[in-house]
Amino acid sequence: MLPGGLHASDYLIVMPVAICLLFGAVLLMLRKRIDWHPFFAIPGFLALFVVDVLLLLKVAAEGPQTMMMGSWKAPFGIAFTVDMMGALFVTVAGFVGLASAIYAVGSINRTERRYGFFPFLFLMMGGVSGAFLTGDLFNLYVWFEVLLIGSFGLLILGSEHEQLDGATKYCFLNLVATTLFLITTGYLYGLTGTLNMADIAEKAGQMENDGALFTIAVLFLVAFGMKAAAFPLNFWLPASYHTPRFVVSALFAGLLTKVGVYALIRVLMMLLPPERAELATLIGWVAALTMLVGALGALAQSDLRRLLNYLVISGIGIIMAGLALPAADGGLVDAAAAASGQATGATGSAMLAVGLSGSIFYALHSIVVMTALYLAAGMAARVAGTSSLRSMGGLWRERPGLAALMLIFLFAVSGLPPFSGFWPKVALVRGTIGADLPWLAAMILLSGFLTTIASARLFALAFWRNRPAPGEAPPQMRSEFMAEGEPSPAFSLLPLLILAVFVVAAGVTPQWLLAWTDVAASGVVDPASYVESVFGGGS
Amino acid sequence: METALSVLVGCLFTVSLYLLLSKHIIRMLLGVVLLSNAVNILIFTAGRIVSVAPPFIPQDAETVSDVANPLPQALVLTAIVISFSFFAFLLVLAYRAYQDLGTDDTDEMRVAEPENDGLPPLGY
Amino acid sequence: MRTIIFRFTAPYLTSLMVLFSVFVLLRGHNEPGGGFIGGLIAASAFAIYGIACGVAPVRRALYFHPLAISACGLFFAVIAGLLSVFTGQGFMTGLWAFPAILGGDVGLSTPLLFDIGVYLVVVGSITSIALALEERESD
Repeated sequence: MLPGGLHASDYLIVMPVAICLLFGAVLLMLRKRIDWHPFFAIPGFLALFVVDVLLLLKVAAEGPQTMMMGSWKAPFGIAFTVDMMGALFVTVAGFVGLASAIYAVGSINRTERRYGFFPFLFLMMGGVSGAFLTGDLFNLYVWFEVLLIGSFGLLILGSEHEQLDGATKYCFLNLVATTLFLITTGYLYGLTGTLNMADIAEKAGQMENDGALFTIAVLFLVAFGMKAAAFPLNFWLPASYHTPRFVVSALFAGLLTKVGVYALIRVLMMLLPPERAELATLIGWVAALTMLVGALGALAQSDLRRLLNYLVISGIGIIMAGLALPAADGGLVDAAAAASGQATGATGSAMLAVGLSGSIFYALHSIVVMTALYLAAGMAARVAGTSSLRSMGGLWRERPGLAALMLIFLFAVSGLPPFSGFWPKVALVRGTIGADLPWLAAMILLSGFLTTIASARLFALAFWRNRPAPGEAPPQMRSEFMAEGEPSPAFSLLPLLILAVFVVAAGVTPQWLLAWTDVAASGVVDPASYVESVFGGGS
Repeated sequence: METALSVLVGCLFTVSLYLLLSKHIIRMLLGVVLLSNAVNILIFTAGRIVSVAPPFIPQDAETVSDVANPLPQALVLTAIVISFSFFAFLLVLAYRAYQDLGTDDTDEMRVAEPENDGLPPLGY
Repeated sequence: MRTIIFRFTAPYLTSLMVLFSVFVLLRGHNEPGGGFIGGLIAASAFAIYGIACGVAPVRRALYFHPLAISACGLFFAVIAGLLSVFTGQGFMTGLWAFPAILGGDVGLSTPLLFDIGVYLVVVGSITSIALALEERESD
C-alpha cells in the first residue's frame, strides 16, 4: 500500500501505455546509436507483454479495474477502465507486438532503423494499448490519433513510390474516419453531457429513444466500419496494406483493423444496445458482404500480400457477424428467437453473449493469425525474391519448416480444426442459428469454404508446385527482398513459432480462452460491473 | 446563437465534403482543413453556449457559477492540436507524393495497384 | 526571400521569439499560455531563421535533431505522469512543491514538467516538418 491509498498493482492499467511511450521516446533520442535499438526494443516489448499478462490475470481475478487520471472524480476526469475484453485485446496485442519486434530485428535494415522504425513501433503500440484500456470516449479518439501517427511513420518507411501512393490513400481515408468518429463524439456529448463510457451507458439507457441516439449509432457504425475495413468502406485496405515492409503490414493487418472492431463492439454493444438491436439486420448484411468480398477478392489476387489483404477483410466480416444478432436484453426478444432459445435452454440475451464471445475469440485469433501470415509471407517472399504468385514456387522443398508453419496458419485462417479459427466459428454459427439467422450462419460457412480455396491456392502456388521457369514472368524486384544476407532463424522462425503456439493451444484446448471470452462478452452485454468499477471503486 | 452556429457547421461540412470528393490531393487537403474546423465548431456548439464569462475560479472563491462550459474548450483545443499536426504531416506527404509520382490526381496514382495487372495464375 | 534586411533581422527576431515562447510557456498554468502555444512560437522562430539563412544553419544551431528534441519532450511528459506513482495517487496527479529560491516562492510542479514536455514535443515535431518543407523548396 502506497501513501495515497493505491496499491502498486493498481498502476498496471497505465503501464502498457507508459512503457510504450517511454521506450519510444528513449529510442528516438538514441537515434545516432541504432545498433542499440534492438537491445532496448526486445526487452521493452517483453516488459509490455509481461505487464499485459499481469493486468489480464488481475482483471480475471478481481473484475474490471479503473484508474482516474490526475485523481479527478468520475465522470469528470479521464478514466482508464479495463474489463475482460480490453484486457484480452491488449494482451494479445502485446503478444503479436513482441513477435513482430523479434522479427523486425532480422528484417529491418540500418537505414530504416535510422528513420525510426522502433520508436514508431512503440508509439503505435502505445496508441493501440491506450485505445484498448481507456474508458473515455474522447480519450479513445486521442489514442486512435496516436496510433495513426505511429502507423504513418511506419507506412512510409523506405519512401518508395509504391509506399507514397499507398500511404496517401491510407492517410486520407483514416483521417476522415477518425474525424467522423470525433463528429459523432461531439453529438453524443451534446446529447448526454458526458464522455465517460460508463456514464454514457447509464444515461443512454434511460434516454427516450427519439432517433437522435439511433443517428449516433449509425455514425459510429460508419466511422468504425471504415477503420475496420468493413464493406463497402474497405477499399483503402487493399490499396495500402501491401506497400510497407512485411513486418509493418503484419502489425497493421493484425492490430489496426481490430482496434476498429474493438471500438465497434465497445460502443454499439455496451453503450447503445437498443440502437444496435435496431441496426442488427444492417450489420448482418454488412458482415455477410464483407466476408464474401474478402474471400472472393482473395481468390482473384496474383500477389501474396494482396491476397492476404483480402483475407483480413474476410475476417472482419466474420467478427461483425457476432454483432448482428437481434434481441438484446430489454424485452426486444422476438418470438422465433425466444422459441429456439428455449429449445436450447437459453434466452435471446444469452445467445447474444454466445455470439459476442465468438466474435471476441475470433478477433483475438485473427490478430495472431493475420500477423503470423504476413510474417511468414515475408520470409517466403525473401526466399523467393518476389511476392508475385506468378513466379513463386518450390518453397515446400526449399523451406519445409516455413511451409509447415504456413500450412498451420492457413488452416487456422480458414477455420479448420484443430486450430484457433475453428472454435469461434462454431460459437458464431451456434449464435446465429440460435438467434434465427440461418442465412448468416450459411454465409459464415460459405466464406469459410471460399477462404479455404483461396488458402489452398496460395499454398499450392507458392509452396507446392515447382518453381516456374524464370523466363515466363520476370519477378518484380523490390529493395526489401534484396536485403543483405539471410536473418538467423532466431529472428525469422522463432517469432512464427511463438505465434503458432497460440494458434495450436487455442485450437486444441480452447476451454481456457473460451472461458475468458465468455466473461468478456457477458461483461459487455451487461456492463454493471464496468460501471461499478468506475463509480464505485475508482480512486 | 446555436442555430446560427449549426447552420455554419452544416455549410462547412458541405463545402469540405465537396472538396474531399475531388480527385486532386490539394483540394482534398483543403477539404480536410475545413472538415476539422467544422468539427471544432460542432463540439463547441454541442457543449451549449451559456455564458461569456471565462471558467476561472476567482482567488477568494471555492466554486464558480454561471461561466462558460470549459470541457468543450478543452476538447476543441485537443482536436485543434491533433488536426494541425495531421494536416502538417499530410502536407509533407502530399508534397513528397507529388514530387515522386509526378501527379496529384488520385486517378493516376496507380503504383500500388497497377492497372492491367493481367490474370492471376490459372493452373499449377 | 533572402534580402539583406531579412537576413540581418532574422537572428534577432528568432532569439526574441524563442525568449517570448519560454515566457508564454512559464506563465501557462495560471494564465493564458502554455506548452503548446509556446512551442508553436518557438517552432515558427526556427522556421523564420530557416527561411532567412537556409536550413543547414538552423540544424547546426539546434545541435540536436528536431525529432530527438520531440522525443525528449515525450519522455518528460511521461515522467511527469509517472511521478505521482511514488505518492500512491492516480496517474498524472499534479504534485506541487514551493521551494524558496532567491527569496521568492517558486511553484515547481509536475504539470509544469508536463508542459515543458509538450513544449519540446511541439518544437521538435513542427520544426522538423517545417525544415523538411523548406529543404525541399531550395532543391
